[in-house]
Amino acid sequence: MTRPLLEVNDLKKHYRIAGGLFGGKPSYVYAVDGVSFEVARGETLSLVGESGCGKSTVGRAVLRLFDITSGQVVLDGQRMDDASKDALHAFRRRVQVVFQDPFSSLNPRMKVRDILAEPIRNFGLAASAADLEERVGRLMDLVGLPREAVRRFPHQFSGGQRQRICIARALAAEPELIVCDEAVSALDVSVKAQIVNLLQDIQRELGLALLFISHDLAIVEHMTHRVAVMYLGKLVEVAPKRALFARPRHPYTKALLSAVPLPDPGAARNRIILTGDVPSPVNPPKGCRFHTRCPYAFDRCRSEEPELRVAPGEHWSACHLHDLPDAQNPLLAPLAS
Amino acid sequence: MSLASDHRPAAPEGLAIAPALPDILKAIKPRTGVTGFLRRHPTIAVGGGLLLLLILVAGLAPYLGTVDPSALSPARRTRPPSALYWFGTDMLGRDIYSRVLYGTRVSLLVGFAVAILASIGGLAIGLVAGYVRWADSIIMRMMDSLMSIPPILLAVSLMAITRGSVGNVILAITIAEIPRVSRLVRGVVLSLREQPYVDGAVAAGTRTPMIILRHILPNTLAPMTVQATYICGSAMIVEAILSFIGAGVPPNVPSWGNIMAEGRALWQVKPFIVFFPAAFLSVTVLAVNLLGDGLRDMLDPRQAKGH
Repeated sequence: MTRPLLEVNDLKKHYRIAGGLFGGKPSYVYAVDGVSFEVARGETLSLVGESGCGKSTVGRAVLRLFDITSGQVVLDGQRMDDASKDALHAFRRRVQVVFQDPFSSLNPRMKVRDILAEPIRNFGLAASAADLEERVGRLMDLVGLPREAVRRFPHQFSGGQRQRICIARALAAEPELIVCDEAVSALDVSVKAQIVNLLQDIQRELGLALLFISHDLAIVEHMTHRVAVMYLGKLVEVAPKRALFARPRHPYTKALLSAVPLPDPGAARNRIILTGDVPSPVNPPKGCRFHTRCPYAFDRCRSEEPELRVAPGEHWSACHLHDLPDAQNPLLAPLAS
Repeated sequence: MSLASDHRPAAPEGLAIAPALPDILKAIKPRTGVTGFLRRHPTIAVGGGLLLLLILVAGLAPYLGTVDPSALSPARRTRPPSALYWFGTDMLGRDIYSRVLYGTRVSLLVGFAVAILASIGGLAIGLVAGYVRWADSIIMRMMDSLMSIPPILLAVSLMAITRGSVGNVILAITIAEIPRVSRLVRGVVLSLREQPYVDGAVAAGTRTPMIILRHILPNTLAPMTVQATYICGSAMIVEAILSFIGAGVPPNVPSWGNIMAEGRALWQVKPFIVFFPAAFLSVTVLAVNLLGDGLRDMLDPRQAKGH
């Protein structure tokens, strides 16, 4: 088996929110609390979950935009969470990012050319001034924008065009992995489709791996290879797309899937309506974190935290229900009636 | 209708084609050059124009029909404005017109010098406080304690331990203004460093000094410039106050504050002594503030018109 491009092992990121200079009991937000996954070369892994579950924090940790609390981020066999400055600089070239909001992710005072030239210069990728201009031009071609638009400022573009510029900037560093943090969530439907297709084309062409962070399951189903479902700072299920969408092995995944709007309004379906709010990550519930909202929760869920365990077909899930005999396991019932 | 009908396609069977729109919308011609700029930014035009006029007055003071501003003439004291003494004379018989014009030099020098020095100092301190986390609380507590001293009191005590001179007035007001500028810059930096484009630049391999220079600093300049003009205005006022209470520029230097201080005792019977320097001070501060408002609108590229 080949080595994965990115490995994340038991990643934790806790933020202190109280206590400090004048004492007081420190309390923490357990934003990400032990997450492990892998991304292979050229693969798309989607990270899904509702807002506040820590998926963006995972993305930013993979980009090393902050120091993680504990765990490992390994790129191509090299640990990056405690890397030296030089090693980190080399790492940054290989992992790039596209953010959600195309309006605040471009410096309003820089022309598109300078925005695209920045990573090329930082990583010393251009052989000459002419090569730099040529690279900038090729990036514009790649994302389907006219070359002469490089002389403009970001505010002179529409949201979809700006997101293309963001993608071009990410590609400028010639990365192997792009973290797409809700990269299409802020766009309207038709533009969203264009950008998703653009990402797919570029991925195929350049053999990129994508870590696709999203809450939009329809898009995830369209473009991903594998899906990782997060709830309250932990992964509850990781599986190939088909298996996950057809036979979810965690009640939370099942509830998420049943909430995806269907194009046919008359279709009969069993919706699982979750009650209550997501518990606070400051004080996560004991045992399984989902037990407060899980329709199938039983005594063991309230005391013992389930481990991620693998089922045939690389289908990982963290749920005690799978220890029950199959006949009593509600998850094995078909999703839609 | 007949205008457009000859080159438009004939209507298909059963379909009517809407008549062409009459030409009621005038073509908008974006004005360029100086006139276009002035039309788009009238506040800059008025404020900048007034300020330019005052700079010319300060520079050309000896050639504008003035006499030696400190020449005494006890026989002709407290004369009202006339053809000979345009703004009248003070209680020592000095020509107020000459004194006010020369006073422009002091005010503009103090205003501009304080604005520039306080901006540079405040920018440096604010950038460090906003970007270097561990230094933030130390620097800002120091600035807080500096801010808790009333600026006039700070200036008075500084003037008391040093000799009264224009340079010391500038220093005193600058020290009092720096905490305010650094607070503003720190606040802007704190919001800028959370912008996704800063994270994007970090991911794109830009190192910290360049992040500050390229992504943080240029975006602080617009609020900074606006603040600098307001500082300029307030420094002129503080200078006049300091001179007025005798803690500013030495009394032998004609400054608007000094002239007003000397005219204070007589202001009910000879109001013109106080009126002219006060009017100049008000107009100058107004000009500077108008310029600041105009700059604030212009420096935001998202508000740029005509592109």
